[in-house]
Amino acid sequence: MPTITYQGKAYSTEPDETVLSTLRRNGVLVPYSCGAGACHTCMLHCQKGEVTERSQKDIKPALKSLNYFLACQCTPESDIEIALPDDEDVYISARCVEKKQLSPTVWRFRLEAAVPIFYHAGQFVNLKNEADWLRSYSLASLPAEDEHLEIQVRRMPEGQMSHWLIDDFDVGMHVELEGPNGHCIYTDGEPEKPILMVGTGTGLAPLFGILRDALHQGHSGEIHLYHGVRTADELYLHSNLIELAERHNNVHYHACVSGDDVPNDMQSGRAADVAMNHHPDLKGWRLFLCGAPEMVKTMRKNAFLAGASMADISADAFTLTSGDAE
Amino acid sequence: MSTLFEQIGGEGAVDAAVDIFYRKVLSDDSISHFFETTDMEAQHAKQKAFLTMAFGGPNNYTGTDMRTAHAPLVAKGLNESHFNAVAGHLQATLEELNVPENLIAEVMAIAGSTKDDVLGL
Repeated sequence: MPTITYQGKAYSTEPDETVLSTLRRNGVLVPYSCGAGACHTCMLHCQKGEVTERSQKDIKPALKSLNYFLACQCTPESDIEIALPDDEDVYISARCVEKKQLSPTVWRFRLEAAVPIFYHAGQFVNLKNEADWLRSYSLASLPAEDEHLEIQVRRMPEGQMSHWLIDDFDVGMHVELEGPNGHCIYTDGEPEKPILMVGTGTGLAPLFGILRDALHQGHSGEIHLYHGVRTADELYLHSNLIELAERHNNVHYHACVSGDDVPNDMQSGRAADVAMNHHPDLKGWRLFLCGAPEMVKTMRKNAFLAGASMADISADAFTLTSGDAE
Repeated sequence: MSTLFEQIGGEGAVDAAVDIFYRKVLSDDSISHFFETTDMEAQHAKQKAFLTMAFGGPNNYTGTDMRTAHAPLVAKGLNESHFNAVAGHLQATLEELNVPENLIAEVMAIAGSTKDDVLGL
């Protein structure tokens, strides 16, 4: 009978026994609820081996492609190694190969990992320095186009890590890196579906990767990207996005400035509000929401009420670590 | 003799119903405050689990599970009027999907049977 390896221990399965049953029979506590494949509380990550089609039947395409599955629905047919969805992996060393200021408060860092990591645009990494400060940063790079990992860091008003990166971390220095994590990624299969992307501040970072990933994979549907900032000088990828929109007929870039000084060729107001005004009916749309948690929460709800299906809304909320004030 | 769940269309029926039902619930000001949450995806999954149960589908929820899950809401004032509002949205959803009346009646009976546990009575 197949073996399930979880947190370093191997458990042998009984015939027709689900992963959830095997673990519980051995006194291993993992979250679960309905036992019927509906609530998704028992979602786990398969790190090695293959899970059954049935155990992935109802989950989001992004999670499916990353090998997530429902423990209560999985009767493994061969050995598998599994973990909780947010279990951390090993930290590897990464060297800074480029550092560039992109706006008054945003810096780009390009990192070379000691061991190449396999990731999808839109995922994030955890960075740790010698003082053991640990923060998550979304990747702006696209494996197919970028040699190194790219993150875009905003100087947060009382941000410990962002200040360290911007003021002290430099080319040639090392940092510990763990990843990739997250599932706010582009998945193929629906190349003609219209896409709406809304990002505030450096929420633009993962969107920049996901957008290029979609184009790289031949996405033909309309893609509308809304970047929300307070002042126009914070539109740190303005020319890159204008150029991308010029090169691709289906890409539309909307710069949104919420402060008082709005240049003529830009939208006034918060990105999410502008986006909802432009697209009041989101039935059949795919959404990517990245940045301020309040924006993500509100926009997800508004988009759902405007007809988007829950499975079509992907999000990456930049929650602050306590001690970092907004 | 096929079961209610089979007759109503099984998981496909749940999938068709959940977004419609959840939207109705979120748009109802008399109950929307009970649905304030940062984790909409988890809540959406709960609605799916609820509909699966109401459609006579597989589930492992006990009366105690329903009681425990809703106790915090009861403490915040959850009462019969709220329960009836949600039940009304369930019925409206099924009518919108053109589910035959006799099946709607069976679903509403199952949903109604949870009242005491949900309201902690």
